[in-house]
Amino acid sequence: METLSWGAIVARLLSQLLPVWIGMAAVFALSFGFKRRLGLYGQLFDSTIGMIGFAIVLFWALTGIFADTIITFDPLQQISGMKNKVPGTPLPEAVAGYRYYLLGGDNLARDVFSRMVSGATIVMQIAPLATLFAFMVGITLGLPAAYYGGRLDTFLSFLANLILAFPVILLFYLLVTPEIVQTGLPTYMAGVLFLFPIIFLVVLWNSRYFTQRGKRAAYLAVTLVLGLWLYLGVAWNADPLGLISVPPNILIVFVSVVFVNSPTVFRIVRGLALDIKTRDYVAAAQTRGEGPWYTMLWEILPNARGPLIVDFCLRIGYTTILLGTLGFFGLGLAPESPDWGTTINDGRKLLSIYPHPAIAPALALMSLVLGLNLLADGLREESLRD
Amino acid sequence: MVPFLIRRVGLMLLTALCLTFIVFWLTNLPPNLEKLAKTQGTVRMTDAQTASWLETRGYARPLPVKYAEWLGLIPAWTYEDSYGNAAGRCIGDGIAPEDAPRRCGVLQGDWGQSSVFREPVSEIIGKRLWLTGKLMFWVLLVMVPSALLIGVLAGMREGSRLDRTLSTFSIATTATPEYVSGVILIAVFASSAVGLKWFNGTATGAMEDATFANFTLPVATIALFGMGYVARMTRAAMAEVMTAQYIRTARLKGLSFGAIVWKHALRNALIAPFTVIMLQIPWLLNGVVIVETLFNYKGFGWTLVQAASNNDVSLLLGCSVVAVVVVLLTQLISDVGYVLLNPRIRIA
Repeated sequence: METLSWGAIVARLLSQLLPVWIGMAAVFALSFGFKRRLGLYGQLFDSTIGMIGFAIVLFWALTGIFADTIITFDPLQQISGMKNKVPGTPLPEAVAGYRYYLLGGDNLARDVFSRMVSGATIVMQIAPLATLFAFMVGITLGLPAAYYGGRLDTFLSFLANLILAFPVILLFYLLVTPEIVQTGLPTYMAGVLFLFPIIFLVVLWNSRYFTQRGKRAAYLAVTLVLGLWLYLGVAWNADPLGLISVPPNILIVFVSVVFVNSPTVFRIVRGLALDIKTRDYVAAAQTRGEGPWYTMLWEILPNARGPLIVDFCLRIGYTTILLGTLGFFGLGLAPESPDWGTTINDGRKLLSIYPHPAIAPALALMSLVLGLNLLADGLREESLRD
Repeated sequence: MVPFLIRRVGLMLLTALCLTFIVFWLTNLPPNLEKLAKTQGTVRMTDAQTASWLETRGYARPLPVKYAEWLGLIPAWTYEDSYGNAAGRCIGDGIAPEDAPRRCGVLQGDWGQSSVFREPVSEIIGKRLWLTGKLMFWVLLVMVPSALLIGVLAGMREGSRLDRTLSTFSIATTATPEYVSGVILIAVFASSAVGLKWFNGTATGAMEDATFANFTLPVATIALFGMGYVARMTRAAMAEVMTAQYIRTARLKGLSFGAIVWKHALRNALIAPFTVIMLQIPWLLNGVVIVETLFNYKGFGWTLVQAASNNDVSLLLGCSVVAVVVVLLTQLISDVGYVLLNPRIRIA
């Protein structure tokens, strides 16, 4: 068989990604149909930039979700004779399965396309969730720092600035090494950081339904049971039911990314809250006799949502870059892991002779971050409009 | 102004102390010390041998004591083996045990000995920083003017086609981390298989003598990533200034567009980018680490990676002090500069 031409490669790639196209078409059709009833999300479809960004992000999200049906080979499978082959190279006759390496083979004779698609799953699992956790930590600490001020604020701000003064890469090198994993430090950090979402939700429900005993008890019970179950499983690997466990190297990557992101979120939330604190509706809530946490979480926070949503999108992109940086220095994730950073790091050694194994994940990462940036831009534009 | 400066410098010292203590603590955790012993001694040491290796080299003592010694606050450790050979922190090659000073820490100007390069830390850092300084000089020389130019051109007429094009370009550059743009640039301009072969894919030669061929790609890689953000901030500042009353007045009195931009808008629009550029420098440090690794340019970033991956405690501490000073000093300069540039703001 002959090596495929670029046209044929593109056609095969497009057909391989069919589930993604169907999913995107469905989401876009539904969103357009109910545009006016979807709030800020619906408004996004009025801005071209925002729509392009959303389409790119959706593409990678769906690619991550449907990765198992899209990939043509197992991302770790090595097929002899396919080492560093150019895109579109046919497989040896004896091997069963898909007939081509669509984007070529890497230096261990693995399929570049399948690795790139599997990499999307890893990035899409870690980046949004880690950003969400960083936001929970940043909000839970940033609101009281701004609201109460004084010593608490001085102390927390000093702590945040201390972490921000570390060069990110030094921090990663200090935290994400096998030796540090041995000491159990990441587990303790996870133990502290993963408490924040539970605290956040408990305080959120408690302050909201303080006067409605029944509702408060129900919400708190659900949050605590689910939250503590997840907490035990994820942070301490001690799930009593044995359902949840996170591989230690994923956990440490997750924890360090949350740790690096939280101080910045803290600063943003603190800055926004300091501004909103002086508004009349906050004074009104205080006069009504609302508790401090109600004022913070149900008066100040909802009014800071615009900038926070925009920053959330940007920060997912930044987290993706951080994950790539970790992979690039070979920290945390397993060396054969198909995530984009590790793959780029693998490919860069032979970059000047065989560029394709590094180019594919590089373009993937770049397009995802670009999509998130455009999405954030569109959201900012639309949220400023009203 | 003076009390403000004193307070800031005090805060800087406190931050540097806390930070070096954290680095000290993390690098002195037992598994890290074991790794250090095994890389410096032999891999096949037994646990007892490892313990004695650490003992004779002063690692197996309480953390606060070791930290105070590194600072030079308390007399350094000494060790005398059964043959009467003395060893100690201050006793190195060329210094006899009798003449060795009692304290030798940072306060005495002694940054210790690197265990990987077997040279004094201060010498290594000085040498490497100079190389990185050269890289940074060129990066700033390329980045700042082009970022300002893009930002001003885009913000001059908000919403025009030029603005859209330049804004998209700057978003694209901020979305491309150094390890991605570096890889793409090498593939396009340096790859021997498909590339244009204009430049070199490594910058090792640039350490001795930087030429257009071996220094363009590393400089371009860092400058591109930093440029987008500065350009976007400049654009925002410029767009805001262009809607101000005095610009309208200038326009109504019949000034040409060029004169308005050049004489009235530009000066006020450049206050914000100044802070952004100063705050961008610590981020460039990050990019420097990636780019120096990617292009094998043995500067400060490369040294940091070597020190961190080999758990070279003294060198790593030296590197973190430098990094912290860079971060905090640029923050200070940006605050002070902001006040000097904008007379409406005062700091008590």
